[in-house]
Amino acid sequence: MKINDVILQTVTKIVVFIILTMAVYLFVSGHNSPGGGFIGGLVLASALVLLFLAFDTETIMKRIPLDFKMVAAVGAFIAVATGAASLFLDIPFLSHAYSYFNLPVFGKTGLATVTIFELGVALGVVGVVVTIILSISEDV
Amino acid sequence: MLSVNLAILIPFLAAILVPFLYAKVSRKHIGWFVLIVPVVLFVSLARYIPSVAGGETYLSTIAWIPSYGIHFTTYLDGLSIIFGLLITGIGSLVIIYSIYYLSAEESLGHFYIYLLLFMGAMLGVVFSDNLMVFYAFWELTSISSFLLIAFWYHRKRSRYGAKKALLTTVTGGIAMLTSFIMIYVMTGTMSIREIISTIDYGHALFIPAMLLLLLGAFTKSAQFPFHIWLPDAMEAPTPISAYLHSATMVKAGIYLVARFTPIFGSHETWFWLVSSVGIITLFWGSFNAVRQTDLKALLAYSTISQLGLIMTLFGIGSAALSMGAGEETVIYTQATFAALFHLVNHSTFKGALFMVIGIVNHGAGTRDIRRLGGLMSLMPISFTIALIGSFSMAGLPPFNGFLSKEMFFQAVVSVSQSGIFSLHVSKVLFPVVAWVASVFTFIYCMIIVFKTFLGPYQPEKLDHEAHEAPAGMLISPIILAVLVVGIFFFPNVLGDYLLRPAMASILPSIELEGMIEPISAWHGFNPALWMTLGVIAVGTLMYLSIRRWKGIYSLLPENWTLDNLYNNSLIQMEKISNRITSFYMTGYLRSYSIYIFLFFIAAVGGTLLFTGAYAFDFAGDAPISVYEIVLVLVMVAAALAIPLAKSRVNAVLLNGALGYSMALFFVVFRAPDLALTQLVVETVSTALFLLCFYFLPKWKKEETPRRTKRTNLVISIAVGIIFVLVALSVRGGKLFDTISGYFENAYELAGGKNIVNAILGDFRAFDTMLEVIVLFIGGLSVYTLIKLKSTKEEQNLEDQ
Repeated sequence: MKINDVILQTVTKIVVFIILTMAVYLFVSGHNSPGGGFIGGLVLASALVLLFLAFDTETIMKRIPLDFKMVAAVGAFIAVATGAASLFLDIPFLSHAYSYFNLPVFGKTGLATVTIFELGVALGVVGVVVTIILSISEDV
Repeated sequence: MLSVNLAILIPFLAAILVPFLYAKVSRKHIGWFVLIVPVVLFVSLARYIPSVAGGETYLSTIAWIPSYGIHFTTYLDGLSIIFGLLITGIGSLVIIYSIYYLSAEESLGHFYIYLLLFMGAMLGVVFSDNLMVFYAFWELTSISSFLLIAFWYHRKRSRYGAKKALLTTVTGGIAMLTSFIMIYVMTGTMSIREIISTIDYGHALFIPAMLLLLLGAFTKSAQFPFHIWLPDAMEAPTPISAYLHSATMVKAGIYLVARFTPIFGSHETWFWLVSSVGIITLFWGSFNAVRQTDLKALLAYSTISQLGLIMTLFGIGSAALSMGAGEETVIYTQATFAALFHLVNHSTFKGALFMVIGIVNHGAGTRDIRRLGGLMSLMPISFTIALIGSFSMAGLPPFNGFLSKEMFFQAVVSVSQSGIFSLHVSKVLFPVVAWVASVFTFIYCMIIVFKTFLGPYQPEKLDHEAHEAPAGMLISPIILAVLVVGIFFFPNVLGDYLLRPAMASILPSIELEGMIEPISAWHGFNPALWMTLGVIAVGTLMYLSIRRWKGIYSLLPENWTLDNLYNNSLIQMEKISNRITSFYMTGYLRSYSIYIFLFFIAAVGGTLLFTGAYAFDFAGDAPISVYEIVLVLVMVAAALAIPLAKSRVNAVLLNGALGYSMALFFVVFRAPDLALTQLVVETVSTALFLLCFYFLPKWKKEETPRRTKRTNLVISIAVGIIFVLVALSVRGGKLFDTISGYFENAYELAGGKNIVNAILGDFRAFDTMLEVIVLFIGGLSVYTLIKLKSTKEEQNLEDQ
């Protein structure tokens, strides 16, 4: 049975970019306003899920040739590694630091090591959600 | 000098490097690189010998978890250095041997990784001063030996043997851990050295702690009745057997007894348990060794019996602690001395024997003594080594086993003449059992040499023509054989430099000056010598007439063995747990929900009821707005409608409505983070539902019996009530500090204005980190559950 899903596919093509932008925005702004690694990752994952629903898994996996198990593993690794990094500086596990820098375009910007940790969280969430959805959908 | 802490870590670091080496170096040569590790360690340990002989000890500490008193503390003294030298020394020889023994097709990378892990763990055991670190390394030896025994994991016997060894030793290990915790409760310290000075003999936990500790020692050292794992562990490749069973793993239990003798040794129970379990093991091992037809199994039983011998001596020696200074103390200190001496001797001759058996297996293709014979002219060097090793084990001169065997006889005879601990009852028992066991030891030693190398050569029973091993394979056993003879002629070098310093660690309260006579080969016509002569005479007679009396082995019914007990208890355990599992694993979601909810009702409801935690306090509540009322009404309506839904789509939609209005609630309460998360999670889970939707069975109205319905209703109402109660009483009781502190200083401390994120990523980052890992594991589990099914081919491999 071939389903006519032109509308869904067309809408998806546009909407996915909005969602992805939203995801990146949520992730980056998480430190000071609503957002953060977990939500950013979830939104990103939902964008991918939308793609998988609108098109089919093979097409998408051809365009995004990522092993999402590895993505999750890298995420978990980053989260642990940022914690462990502080051990090398002889400060307690998972201590974070932040400071302000003058960057060319953005001007005075606050950068924090939490962001790296949050990146791990985000990757972990994306990897796990997509892995679960893919394996369930491929099984049935 | 190399710090001991580092010495323990080196094998582990080397194990990490092996896979990289594996990719670069030819498989044939990888062993030589690995060999560097034990040789370097041996040399660096050996450099400590002079100063340790002078009475020095070395202590170094790295703080690990200081708040619990757990430090990575190493203690190098006379006792630990003997074991350290054995582990690295025999380890080097075993690696040389394995280079020639294992073919390049084997997975050598795994082999050397496991071996290095094991070596590091053993070094950790003997050098650790902290109980918890000691325990960690102790269990690591169990795990790494499990991997080593199951090296040929495609064989069913190997897996069986590995599992048996692991189950037995880990059970003992857990008992030992319990004992350690008791010791900590008694003394308040984790350091073995400090425990020795602070232990209270009258404490109620003293005896239980001692018994549990001994359980650990007995299981590890394969003492009766826990010896059953050792013969099955022989499924490992021969170099492993030589290493595990001559020098290291099984000696860990002996080490434990020696190390804790200053703590528990002065108690009567310790004396009785250690010495009698030891002597039973000595007898039972040697008695059973004679009936074996597989040379390796024979050696396994002989190891059991020799370990029993050492254990007996340590048991007898512990009496010195309670005797104080006096003439009798001399007997007991000498027993301890003999124990240490035999420990070293056993490592040398048993190591050599294991390696020779490996050579015979290699050269003739079998280890079955019924098929072997007449190999003397074909394998002259192996014959010589086997002769030296066996005769030393039998306690004949001029080999080192003779010296320690004489000291053993001396000890049991003198202990029977003294009247400690109301020994009168079993006065004769000790020397008699020891003597009988020695006769059997003599017989099986003769079997090893004469049945294998003399008699008719039967090439038709062998797989291929027998031949001598390549030179490289002979290096290690030759070195050990030379040591066997060398120690006989110069025993006091060993005695003065290694054994005497160790005595000070085992019997710290005894003034050792003048207690221990130098070891001498000739010690006059004393009872020990007469006993040895008797052993030789009776042993020879019995060996020659072995066919006549072999019938005694069939006196015990075939199935009356401890092995069967072990197997049956495993089967029974499996059956019972199967029954329990199938009782609650019904496969109905409904049952699972009921269990979970019942547990919830009992645990949370019970806590609420018994602690009286339901205190309501509405004083500080904000006024309820119209939006909130509307939302609540929507949620209530949606929730009530779900059970009444007529189709699945409706149910899914209603569930979604519930979730989204929850998100709205968060919006109303100004929690944008939560609202966002809730929205996305709701979306993703609805998508998941849609994925499965098409494949779910038809939605049909089930005719549930009225009783089931009633139970469901009661349970759901109870759960609901408890949730409401919890939600309400959360406002009343203040069990924990409020989190508003984070709110106040989130910006100063974490530099973030988003307090939720500051908490997640900074203040409570540890929780978040663990959550990510849990999430990851969950994702992987879903993946493996769905994706990985073992193929037919793999299943066949498993059943070999």
